[in-house]
Amino acid sequence: MNFMASKQPENFLLGPESDSQRTLYPYVTGTSVVALKYKDGILMAADMGGSYGSTLRYKNVERMKPIGKHSLLGASGEISDFQEILRYLDDLILYDNMWDDGNSLGPKEVHNYLTRLMYNRRNKFNPLWNSLVLGGVKKGEKYLGTVSMIGVNFEDNHVATGFGNHLARPILRQEWHENLSFEDGVKLLEKCMRVLLYRDRSAINKLQIAKITEEGVTISQPYSLKTYWEFSAFANPAQGAVGTW
Amino acid sequence: MFRNQYDTDVTTWSPAGRLFQVEYAMEAVKQGSAAIGLRSKTHIVLGCVNKANSELSSHQKKIFKVDDHIGVAIAGLTADGRVLSRYMRNECINYGFTYESPLPVGRLVVQLADKAQVCTQRSWKRPYGVGLLVAGLDESGAHLYYNCPSGNYFEYQAFAIGSRSQAAKTYLERRFENFADSSRDDLVKDALMAIRETLQGETLKSSICTVAVVGVGEPFHILDQETVQQIIDAFEIVGEQEGPAAEPDAAAGQGAAAADQGGSTDEGVAPMDI
Repeated sequence: MNFMASKQPENFLLGPESDSQRTLYPYVTGTSVVALKYKDGILMAADMGGSYGSTLRYKNVERMKPIGKHSLLGASGEISDFQEILRYLDDLILYDNMWDDGNSLGPKEVHNYLTRLMYNRRNKFNPLWNSLVLGGVKKGEKYLGTVSMIGVNFEDNHVATGFGNHLARPILRQEWHENLSFEDGVKLLEKCMRVLLYRDRSAINKLQIAKITEEGVTISQPYSLKTYWEFSAFANPAQGAVGTW
Repeated sequence: MFRNQYDTDVTTWSPAGRLFQVEYAMEAVKQGSAAIGLRSKTHIVLGCVNKANSELSSHQKKIFKVDDHIGVAIAGLTADGRVLSRYMRNECINYGFTYESPLPVGRLVVQLADKAQVCTQRSWKRPYGVGLLVAGLDESGAHLYYNCPSGNYFEYQAFAIGSRSQAAKTYLERRFENFADSSRDDLVKDALMAIRETLQGETLKSSICTVAVVGVGEPFHILDQETVQQIIDAFEIVGEQEGPAAEPDAAAGQGAAAADQGGSTDEGVAPMDI
């Protein structure tokens, strides 16, 4: 995705206002988010990097935020669009609270709201350039779903965005099972994040792990993973596949 | 309530601080044929009396399904009721589309009340002439609400509206403490007995009443005539006619009540119910 090139976008189909107001490329982006369901709720991990093209510009970006009492949202993609989404959700939760009745929006409702939001923006050719992960627990029911920038949404026992789909999900497909303990869940997420750290150039070694249970949301303090660079495959990458790098 | 110089439009207060047009709208509800509702912790039953204009015509539809988890029974200007039901259905569909979740009935009722309030504060509108008994489920369980033309709404364990509803209310007042833990079938029986109270001696048969149920695990649906008749037959044998309270309806003092207090015949009870 070469978003620093100055090629003319072919939006002659879009009419007179074609240039000014539509999102064409993302600028400051976050990389993968990985999440899984475990015994008591959802565990989600994301690093704290905000890349500006190929520059790792910002290293303290919180890409996971609690939403209301029952949900946790993680985002990859354009950071400013993520902040915009948080404002929309702020309003949503505010109005939900203002009803002051016994009802509240749970993770399923927030996920569907986000799907509508993303899809409607996509239809206007002005997308919010994010891939979102929405997890939560309400009345004992665990929920984990994802929405892409074009409005594709689905739920699963484990989800990931961006590179996470290619590097983390195969690991999760092998090793995830129902009723993971908290420790096992964290270990599994760290395994995924480590692979991403090795192989995703926009990943940085400073991550947070968030958990959401019936009791509420906890987002860990940032920490780093131990890495090992002396694997023979790293030291001698061309062995067995001459010409590779 | 007699005609006076402050009742021409809804935006005129009387010196006593009343809005007569709104109160007249509530009169319209009292003229409609009866509708009753009662609830337990998990189920709500709505029932209504169906009066046809003549033997040749069919009767008015007074119970509407709004969503799988919400239904409404109306009394008064049924045309207004139909329009409001359409609004309610629309709200439910839109909420379901955005959130993939059923609209909590408590919120629908507030939206309905706000809609009714608007009509009490615009000179070019008139209040809705229909009272709605809204039955629905939300996170906190089963609920029964009554929405007034005035824009007020109240939650009830059991309620009755429309003509001769006082008789049903008296019956319900005697029994309501047991409703919370009633079984669904007992609730339906109580609803039919309350309907019978409003008939003032006329035979209760399924052709002149409609019953609908909604509950946890049971989507809103109207019971078919045969089922209703079977339930009636089952308790008619026991036949407890508890001496229906033949008191006149609350504000039926004025002539417009069609002087039907003692009448137990079919015609003339609900002139507004067209």
